[in-house]
Amino acid sequence: MDHQSASSEVTFEHHISDAEFKQRVKKTTILLSVITVIELGIGLLLYAWPGASYLVVLMFKGAVCILTLAKAYYIVSVFMHLGDEIRNMIMTIVVPLLLFIWFIAAFIIDGNSYKNLRNTYDLHFKETTTPVHGHHGSPHQEEPAATPEPGKQ
Amino acid sequence: MSTPATVHQTKWWSGGKSPFNLEYGKLMMWYFLMSDAFTFGAFLISYGTIRFSQNFWPDPNVVFSAFPGAGHTQLPLAFVSVMTFILIISSVTMVMAVHAGHKGDKKGVIKWLVWTIIGGLAFLGCQAWEWHHMITGAYPTLIDGKIELIGQTMAANPWGEVATAADVTKALSNSSVETLAALAHQTGATESHSQLLGMSAEELIAKINTAELHVREKGPVAFGGYFFGITGFHGFHVFSGVIINIVMLIMTQKNVFQNRGHYLMIEKAGLYWHFVDLVWVFVFLCFYLI
Repeated sequence: MDHQSASSEVTFEHHISDAEFKQRVKKTTILLSVITVIELGIGLLLYAWPGASYLVVLMFKGAVCILTLAKAYYIVSVFMHLGDEIRNMIMTIVVPLLLFIWFIAAFIIDGNSYKNLRNTYDLHFKETTTPVHGHHGSPHQEEPAATPEPGKQ
Repeated sequence: MSTPATVHQTKWWSGGKSPFNLEYGKLMMWYFLMSDAFTFGAFLISYGTIRFSQNFWPDPNVVFSAFPGAGHTQLPLAFVSVMTFILIISSVTMVMAVHAGHKGDKKGVIKWLVWTIIGGLAFLGCQAWEWHHMITGAYPTLIDGKIELIGQTMAANPWGEVATAADVTKALSNSSVETLAALAHQTGATESHSQLLGMSAEELIAKINTAELHVREKGPVAFGGYFFGITGFHGFHVFSGVIINIVMLIMTQKNVFQNRGHYLMIEKAGLYWHFVDLVWVFVFLCFYLI
């Protein structure tokens, strides 16, 4: 038997040959693995390169974020077959997810602002939590702070 | 994927058929997953907010550097890459199970579901080891002028900055004999534990190889809550996914889907399982990579 009639609600079925399917799954698996290896490589590169400037670290981390979004795209579109659904259906899933753009930006900026306010008005917080010995990628590296007191964060 | 030409001529909204060409259950699974994505998103964004509000945050390469059987050797990100690959591969086996279901191939469905379940259990095992290692770990940490051995818990974080040599020397003389004995043992003293405990503080300090001693200050406490909370919530999803897959396996074995005429249920379980993998991609990003 080729295909089973699924459900009375479904008008047509996606037909895909076995060979084409295997090819597609294989390609996606390799792609996901390669992207993961590149991500790990970047993570280890940052580990092995403690002197990297703040901007370089930020760029590499940005690259990892973009690679992760690519991975998410392939999982959703190929493994979950969302790419094969009707366009209207895809939009009911994807459009609400656009809220994440505001969600991420607003809250990250809020956290950052809270840090800046505390560093400005709460010197105790600033002096006790700012890295002194240079945590790589820290923008505060050049500001020598007072003796750190552990456990005050 | 060739969609038949009839697609464009169908009056999708005239009733009697799904305008999305999807079975009701599958559509609702999609909407559930979307809402679940917002739940996970909210957790991860909350973690990001706290992280951005701190001047210091632990370096994942330092925190996640243990590997089963490797002792104190630093292998940053090695174990978590194993976990990531386990989950990717189990996602692939689930795709195979869904495809076998499409063809009504009962044996294929069973075979691939079993592999998926094994992958899920392997991932859970890895996570259990990782949690156990972090919670029961004894990491030398500079706390209030003395060194204490603490694990990564919800209440304490041993992954602060590296303590200066001067601070460590001063702290050693304030630390308890038990701690000093453990430190001497950790840094390569050959005496037995009871022998070490019998020594005086001065003798023990002399025994401690300071070149091997890595003492850190306390890190942000919020790290533990977020790490265990979010990876725990994800682990719970993996666990329920494994349960769902086991139920699917039993139903397949009992010919439930065969009699029903279709394996759409496997597709819905598959969607859930892929979502679990999808979430891990983001947990992996937020906790281990950046």
